[in-house]
Amino acid sequence: MARSSAQYFIRYPAGAGTNPWLRLLGLLLLLVTACNPLQAQDFSTAVQTLDTKSFSAKEEAISALVETGGDRTLTVLQAMLEGNLHSRNEDGLVVILDDRGGERRIYDAAQGNDLGTVGARETRKIGINNSLRTALRGAIARLNLGSPDATVRLAAVQAMFSELEPRLKPLLQEALAREEDGKVRDLLTTAIAISDLENDDTALQLEAIEILDDSILPEARNRLAVLAEQADSPRLREAAHQALKNIEFRLQLYALAETIFFGMSLGSVLLLAAIGLAITFGVMGVINMAHGELIMLGAYTTYLVQLAMPNHLEWSMLVAVPAAFLVSGAFGVAIERSVIRFLYGRPLETLLATFGISLILQQLVRSAISAQNVTVANPGWMSGSLEINAVLSITYNRLYIVIFALLVFVALLAILKKTTLGLQVRAVAQNRPMARAMGIRSEWVDAMTFGLGSGIAGVAGVALSQITNVGPNMGQAYIIDSFMVVVFGGVANLWGTLVGAFTLGIANKFLEPYSGAVLAKILILVFIILFIQKRPRGLFPQKGRMAEN
Amino acid sequence: MMKKRIPGKLPSLLAASALIFSSLAQAADAIKVGVLHSLSGTMAISETTLKDTVLMLVDEQNKKGGLLGKKLEAVVVDPASNWPLFAEKARELIEKDKVDVVFGCWTSVSRKSVLPVFEELNGLLFYPVQYEGEESSRNVFYTGAAPNQQAIPAVDYFMNELGVERWVLAGTDYVYPRTTNKILEAYLKSKGVKDEDIMINYTPFGHSDWQSIVSSINKFGSAGKKTGVVSTINGDANVPFYKELGNQGISAEDIPVVAFSVGEEELSGIDTKPLVGHLAAWNYFMSVDSPENDAFISQWHKFIGDQKRVTNDPMEAHVIGFNMWVKAVEKAGSTDVDKVEQAMIGMSVPNMTGGIAVMNKNHHLSKPVLIGEIQDDGQFEVVWSTDGTVPGDAWSDYLPGSKDLISDWTAPIQCGNYNTITKKCSGQNY
Repeated sequence: MARSSAQYFIRYPAGAGTNPWLRLLGLLLLLVTACNPLQAQDFSTAVQTLDTKSFSAKEEAISALVETGGDRTLTVLQAMLEGNLHSRNEDGLVVILDDRGGERRIYDAAQGNDLGTVGARETRKIGINNSLRTALRGAIARLNLGSPDATVRLAAVQAMFSELEPRLKPLLQEALAREEDGKVRDLLTTAIAISDLENDDTALQLEAIEILDDSILPEARNRLAVLAEQADSPRLREAAHQALKNIEFRLQLYALAETIFFGMSLGSVLLLAAIGLAITFGVMGVINMAHGELIMLGAYTTYLVQLAMPNHLEWSMLVAVPAAFLVSGAFGVAIERSVIRFLYGRPLETLLATFGISLILQQLVRSAISAQNVTVANPGWMSGSLEINAVLSITYNRLYIVIFALLVFVALLAILKKTTLGLQVRAVAQNRPMARAMGIRSEWVDAMTFGLGSGIAGVAGVALSQITNVGPNMGQAYIIDSFMVVVFGGVANLWGTLVGAFTLGIANKFLEPYSGAVLAKILILVFIILFIQKRPRGLFPQKGRMAEN
Repeated sequence: MMKKRIPGKLPSLLAASALIFSSLAQAADAIKVGVLHSLSGTMAISETTLKDTVLMLVDEQNKKGGLLGKKLEAVVVDPASNWPLFAEKARELIEKDKVDVVFGCWTSVSRKSVLPVFEELNGLLFYPVQYEGEESSRNVFYTGAAPNQQAIPAVDYFMNELGVERWVLAGTDYVYPRTTNKILEAYLKSKGVKDEDIMINYTPFGHSDWQSIVSSINKFGSAGKKTGVVSTINGDANVPFYKELGNQGISAEDIPVVAFSVGEEELSGIDTKPLVGHLAAWNYFMSVDSPENDAFISQWHKFIGDQKRVTNDPMEAHVIGFNMWVKAVEKAGSTDVDKVEQAMIGMSVPNMTGGIAVMNKNHHLSKPVLIGEIQDDGQFEVVWSTDGTVPGDAWSDYLPGSKDLISDWTAPIQCGNYNTITKKCSGQNY
């Protein structure tokens, strides 16, 4: 160590002569060295050893760096983890790169001095691999135990879980003694208990098992399982078994809750895709094979909105929803006015014509934008997950889509039940000649209804762009599912669509673990075919006179 | 039927409709190179690049003065990701356009579809993509990786370097993932991995609802043993899969995923920040530092006119295959398929990673195996590689039906599936 440090200092001033920054740096280095000679010297040496090709040498360098206890250790390790630790080509100095402001500014890693800006080829990234990442996170976690921010401390304790052992107990106890935040305290207690499990003292181990009895952390469960198999004392084995049983029971409860949420999430996607169809097919009786393409147009609108406002990604969703409604709605009205209105009452021809339209719309997107999939970014608030506990977490994008689907459903219900347009739509659907006799412009109502259904499809596209690929063919994946939901739920009944979508979604997710994703879909399809044989009008059939025609 | 027609305007019209990039004057004494890659449909994402690669190679060869004193002429057709159409287009290329060689196909199912055509009409196909093996045709040269050049080394890396003990084999539901996983399962069991430590999962093409599968992988992985995922998921289903991994907070340090069908081109469309550290096994990465690779990348950028375009493993396979074919034609002094086929065996050209690619007797290449970790710029950092090259093995040693089979297209065996125990060729052509 001492020799390499000496080499380093000899080499350094030699390069410093050429560059004013380096000269300044050398001066500063001397100054700092003068203040606290030994520590600063060791620290910058340790930082410099991070720049090596071998991954195992880097790992040793990281622990050596932590040993020195320099103030900037955390900064350097974090920069390394984020891939911002570079080596300057001209002299091999380890630097921290900051390219956030559009320019590549570098800072001396050991001192933090601003070394000016560099070109892309003037530094080389110090690469890391997975085992280094683990080592870095562990080291950072230990340094972060004293952080003033409770969430950082919580994350720090979590990051330490995989390497808990009796050796770390004093460190954890020290942290627990000064900890005030309840959540962190709980986690620290669990962590201490887990590290006690590997202690040789049986009494301590039993105590630890008692604490872990209601813990569902995977680490606790795994170590208890090992103990239940291998412990020498039968009392210990018995206690571990009992604790494991309690844990398994709770885990199963959470797994059930998770499956139900997954089912609701799939159901909400089905609901979004199908609800527009429930209007065009259910209320108007038009078999619209281009429905999937109207969803696709909504997704592409999201893409275009994001292109137009690259700096306000967080708000792009709010703009995209009305924009997609208008775009898809306008396409819907155009399709209705130009093609479908000539084909009312001729379902086969409508089917073929709208299928043709779906191909035209796909090709339109391929020619106008690209045949390849486009990337729609997730805004920050839709990424990540809501951690309810160690085994149950709900991803935000799915959660928002469930809420969004329900909102769309309620809004649509309100439009149909509470507005003049809704009244007219229902009147035309029930009895067209009578509605016309009452002075309703049935043609105008048809166009508006179709536009409304298409607009909703566009809104569905905005939501789907967040969870699936956006490409010219994406609509095809949803058209079958949408028809399935509408037919299953009962034509012309929005509540049927809601119940149908969630039933199919939850059933699918309960089947998936046993049968696999492919077979689950087949089973659902077979079930619907059989169901329709028994009840041709779906879950909620229309009643009364209009059901007859 | 077509052959009898008098050459005139009609063939050229047909040719134009099939997107022939050529002029009539050259057609008479040109060597024709067929390109059979999907330019539309689901596979267009991957295959369009390969069409451009062959066009670039043909262009470059012509600048060097052509081949055997003749100009090369590319004949491009579009099988539109439609597997039966591949066979029709292959027949059209060989019978009507009279091409001397074809570079094409991506998915195994498209290769299986054109195989009978190439054998019947004695054509020559260069297939550039990593595949499941269990095949060796006299009329096909496999320039992509066989399972022992990609899947098996990747699993070895997981087992030996990362200490993985529990395995998730996740794939798309078709022939390549199913065969590869069968081989891997047999391999893992031969290494003493128990049944309960292997989880196999198949999903349809374009699957997008990954939440329950990713969650079950997570549960499978939290049993205390180090868990790894071997992914043969193909096409755009990878995007939502990796997104879901990121959203559920599963990082590469917890449960690493090694993919066999995700390369630079596939990553160029996604935000790779949540994927950093996940792995891929290939025989080439764009990030490899070698003079051949630098030259290839700048040539590609110049040809395509876009500095941002990436290069990938199947492109390298086409470059190697094309260069070998050119040398074999020169050696044979003819483009006759039988002569070129024999001249190809033993042929060696430099690969892009600083080594030499050799064509073996079984029509498979010797290639280095590289394992890379995904970086936040969409490139791979090589974390492991074989010392030298590994010869491709057509018939896996880990499947009961195929471990006694070898392929040897030199005399006296001349067989794609010779049984070393019964000393017999099974008789079928592939």
